[in-house]
Amino acid sequence: MKYVDEFRDPEQAQKLLENISVLAKQVQAGKDRPIHIMEVCGGHTHTIFRYGIKQMLPQEIELVHGPGCPVCVLPMGRVDDCVALAEHPEVILTTFGDAMRVPGSQKSLLQAKAEGADVRMVYSPTDALSIARKHPEKEVVFFALGFETTMPSTALTVLQAEDEGIKNFSLFCNHITIIPTIKAILDSPDLQLDGFLGPGHVSMIIGQHPYLFIADQYKRPLVIAGFEPLDILQSIWMILNQMKEKRHEIENQYGRVVQNEGNHNALKAIEKVFELREHFEWRGLGSIEHSGVRVREGYARYDAERKFSIPNLKIADPKSCQCGEVLKGTLKPKECKVFGTTCTPETPLGALMVSTEGACAAYYSYGRMDSFESKKEATT
Amino acid sequence: MCLGIPGKIVEITSSENKLALVDVGGVKREVNIICIVDEEHPPESCLGDWVLIHVGFAMTRINEEEAARTLELLQELGEVQEEFQTRKNSEKENP
Repeated sequence: MKYVDEFRDPEQAQKLLENISVLAKQVQAGKDRPIHIMEVCGGHTHTIFRYGIKQMLPQEIELVHGPGCPVCVLPMGRVDDCVALAEHPEVILTTFGDAMRVPGSQKSLLQAKAEGADVRMVYSPTDALSIARKHPEKEVVFFALGFETTMPSTALTVLQAEDEGIKNFSLFCNHITIIPTIKAILDSPDLQLDGFLGPGHVSMIIGQHPYLFIADQYKRPLVIAGFEPLDILQSIWMILNQMKEKRHEIENQYGRVVQNEGNHNALKAIEKVFELREHFEWRGLGSIEHSGVRVREGYARYDAERKFSIPNLKIADPKSCQCGEVLKGTLKPKECKVFGTTCTPETPLGALMVSTEGACAAYYSYGRMDSFESKKEATT
Repeated sequence: MCLGIPGKIVEITSSENKLALVDVGGVKREVNIICIVDEEHPPESCLGDWVLIHVGFAMTRINEEEAARTLELLQELGEVQEEFQTRKNSEKENP
């Protein structure tokens, strides 16, 4: 496939890895710990595990998996609210496949569906709007979640519903924004990060400008990266190069998709329909200021939170679950007490085990080479 | 969640509603192109464009020159590495 295959060439990857290895040794020399690079986006986490990039990298580099999986950071109380919405007899609840299996305190949407609630998986919010057109006697609620990448599609669907005068469509809005969250991570006292792989598709919407504070105030390099293996390797090389030259800048490796100024039409739609919430609760990270959006007053009739009564309870994460530490990068997935025992992709306890973009699910599916390798080392 | 897939616009199905048919690896589906049209790029002009598709919307036009530039940089990096390797090998053989 064009724009995909050429960025997966193994021969190029090999050469790039050799370059990275030389550079990493120079940069890490004299330091008492490996270079820590955080990939912010769950899509990157997925590529890193799927292609075994983690194992290919020299020991001087350690990747830290960031909070960029919207399904993983959704607090249990919000899932409970969503299940409560789905159980309204007049409601058809629609959502992306990833969100169906996230555990609430009692059940997931998938379990609610098995018990008779009308929950439907859709590919696009516009599919949810089509369902609303077909079922005027029902209330169709779209469980909207995701970062800035997904926000425009939801906003545009609301604008379309308004255009067509569709009244039985609303959003349960759980959209979140990435910048305040990166800032929260940078402000955490136990921070040990040397640089960031910036989220490619969020940047396609918001552009490069919002990241400038990371370079200016926190003196860390960030390279906006694409999602193919060569994109990630090249971006790591670019971060190392900045570190070697003692620079900290925002660079863009993903120029074929990300423009400096982002996408004007998409930003306009977001601005029209959504406004920042004062706070939004993240699973594992707690409450972060201005990190979520809600539907503006002017579009209140498309807001499920205003249209229906919602329990809106705060539910603490299970005690045994250490998703928070893993999200902040202070704990590796396999160091969690319940990893692979009571928490598995089949029966996830924490959200990081649910989505294929969650660090724990990725470790579980692809990352067990680690233990194989350490055994091999022990026997040789 | 944030993943996108490249596809080529093969037909404008509704100029008014900004809908187009894209070919993604041989499979055709309808997507919304509102995010990539403006005065400079009316819907009709999008025919043949490569776009990045996310949840049923074409989110951006893929920049062919930039893609080529990235590949060129990768190529150059590879060549530097080869040169480096050759030099290292020759140093080993001719200490």
